[in-house]
Amino acid sequence: MNTELFGVISIFIISIVLAIPVGKYIAKVYLGDKTFLDPIFNPIEKFIFKISGINSTEEMNWKQHLKALLSVNMIWFFLCFFVLLFQGSLFLNPDNNPSMTPDLAFNTAISFVVNCNLQHYSGETGLSYLSQMVLMFLQFVSAGIGMAAAAMVFTAMREKTTDKLGNFYNYFIKSCTRILLPLSAIVAVALLFSGTPMTFEGKDAITTLQGDNVEVSRGPAAAFIAIKHIGTNGGGFFGANSAHPLENPTYLTNAIELWAQLIIPFAMIFALGFFLNKRKLSYIIFGVMTVGFLLLVIPTVMTELNGNPAIEKMGIAQTTGAMEGKEVRFGPAISGFWSIATTVISTGSVNSMHDSSMPLSGAMQLLAMMVNAFYGGCGVGYLNFYIFIILAVFISGLMVGRTPEFLGKKIEAREVKIAAFIAILHPLLILAGTALASYFAAHDTAMGYWFSGNATGWLNNPGNHGFSEMLYEYTSSAANNGSGFEGLGDNNPFWNITTGIVLLLSRFIPIIGPLAIAGLLANKKYIPESAGTLKTDTTIFGVMVFAVIAIIAALSFFPALALGPLAEYFTIK
Amino acid sequence: MITVILFAVIYPLAIYGIAQFAPNQGKGETISVNGKVVGYQKIGQKFDKSNYFWGRPSAVDYNAAGSAGSNKGPSNADYLALVQKRIDTFLVVHPYLKKSEIPSDMVTASGSGLDPNISPAGALIQVKRVAKERKLSEEKVKALVEANINTPKVMGTPTVNVLELNVALDGLK
Repeated sequence: MNTELFGVISIFIISIVLAIPVGKYIAKVYLGDKTFLDPIFNPIEKFIFKISGINSTEEMNWKQHLKALLSVNMIWFFLCFFVLLFQGSLFLNPDNNPSMTPDLAFNTAISFVVNCNLQHYSGETGLSYLSQMVLMFLQFVSAGIGMAAAAMVFTAMREKTTDKLGNFYNYFIKSCTRILLPLSAIVAVALLFSGTPMTFEGKDAITTLQGDNVEVSRGPAAAFIAIKHIGTNGGGFFGANSAHPLENPTYLTNAIELWAQLIIPFAMIFALGFFLNKRKLSYIIFGVMTVGFLLLVIPTVMTELNGNPAIEKMGIAQTTGAMEGKEVRFGPAISGFWSIATTVISTGSVNSMHDSSMPLSGAMQLLAMMVNAFYGGCGVGYLNFYIFIILAVFISGLMVGRTPEFLGKKIEAREVKIAAFIAILHPLLILAGTALASYFAAHDTAMGYWFSGNATGWLNNPGNHGFSEMLYEYTSSAANNGSGFEGLGDNNPFWNITTGIVLLLSRFIPIIGPLAIAGLLANKKYIPESAGTLKTDTTIFGVMVFAVIAIIAALSFFPALALGPLAEYFTIK
Repeated sequence: MITVILFAVIYPLAIYGIAQFAPNQGKGETISVNGKVVGYQKIGQKFDKSNYFWGRPSAVDYNAAGSAGSNKGPSNADYLALVQKRIDTFLVVHPYLKKSEIPSDMVTASGSGLDPNISPAGALIQVKRVAKERKLSEEKVKALVEANINTPKVMGTPTVNVLELNVALDGLK
């Protein structure tokens, strides 16, 4: 037990300590300063820009950034959609897996383009190796998109009065080549030597020790798993994701994969401080996020270690805690920690089955995705937090009777409207989706084309837990997270299409909003700090931001949480 | 887009290249007995014969061409009945046990359905049965289990790899 808790604490601390130099490095990359990797990547990037005919020094305003961002995403979506639709007859398919149905291909293509990786299939039987490679490409670029958008917002915060906010392609390519690629390569090699496979051979047929015949799925997994964590994507190579013994063979690889998903979200916050030369601001932001994270993670680890009260009553020994859906090599402490890390950050990879988590842990996982701004995904985590900062500046400005200003720019009606719209969109998408699905399930509607059979058929568990399954699926989609209460029967047109739409809206609108706000603010006149300025790098302001997050994000979801996990908690207590 | 080639072709090929130096060339580490592969070290396999140590219940019956957990919620009545049944069955096969000696990992399904490990307690409670079936002394089997417990030095959980333990058991005379 002590070695378990020690593991959790040391992984967390090591990640924070290492995030500071990585943050400094990221800031240098976006500033265009010299770094030690220049000799390798300068020629590669030059080559890429030359072939694609892009002038990477051309300065863009926020609308041009947005246009470039949306058009590349569109191209990727179609590329991926068609590969998935025809994978059965394309090359690199040693296990002869079939092509996807159009609705599943639609859902999968969107979910990988938007960095969510909601997987309504199982990797072993649902994808060819070619498709896995295409999805891996999307794991790189979708993370790069989020980081490029964050870099533009950084630039907008730095400049005094301008509409020139750097070049989108420059930020994007550099995010991929200089940040994601080297980190992924390190992680991939570490995984390889710990037992994760990297082979293009298909399934292996063996006879086991006691004489059964089984087939063992393999594949080019190490490269995939590395970027799945570094890019906070979370899509597993195998169906069981990081609970699979080949995807995550040892306690050490588990620690590496945890580190890999924490590093960029942590480092982005420190990068902001180095980039703006306002380190105190980034410490305040990091502090607020960490308090929020700890409030979620501590109860989760404790409940998982205590085990299932319903099984306790049967009289067996639960000294190792709640073990349903967990692996012995990880144990409940680090599995509980992982389940919160993967939900506050938009990774969504799992090393235990969240559907079998204790009710309180389930509530914390849901809440982590509902807030979606404690650390958050690659780049987009900061964008979500930015919205809350704008709202906090506005509200506290009103409270003390000062003009709301953030970094020398006045925040006016237009910016606040955009921020409020985005803050409301998240609960709206989640609750509307859940209400729709619950309506069908409660009336046990025959779904026709949308689902074979009646609606309750998609639930794997009855009662409050069944409701949690549906709530979790939409929350995970809207947070672009990708984990699931995987018992839900979600590979059918109803779930594929509704979550696909939620994914699209909840990815691009929360990117467009902060980009627009930052662009509008950058255009405004710079007001030098004076005695009347509301200071944003103080603890009091940090508390204010936290309060805004708690009120907006947490309270709007309380009724839903009460119906699902909280009700379940009281039934088995 | 040229980036496709960089990230979907060059990067995986580079890792594939490095894999050639990894254990078993990155095809997954296997365990062989007399030159015959009997399993993957990391992948759990089904043991239900009474002369072997058993692993955990599996939602996919240890079919390694797929992987999944049960995804049963903690309050699900059917699920709790299933756990109760597993406890009862376990007690029938191990009549010498008290209920409170059974660790929870032996009656709950793992996340992947392919968990290669059990807890040390899960292995030790099976010693008496296995020793009897194999007509070996209990001390000898118990010593073998203890030699197969991987205790973490700094961080982690103590585990027993069921396949390795059973391979060693077959070698015991």
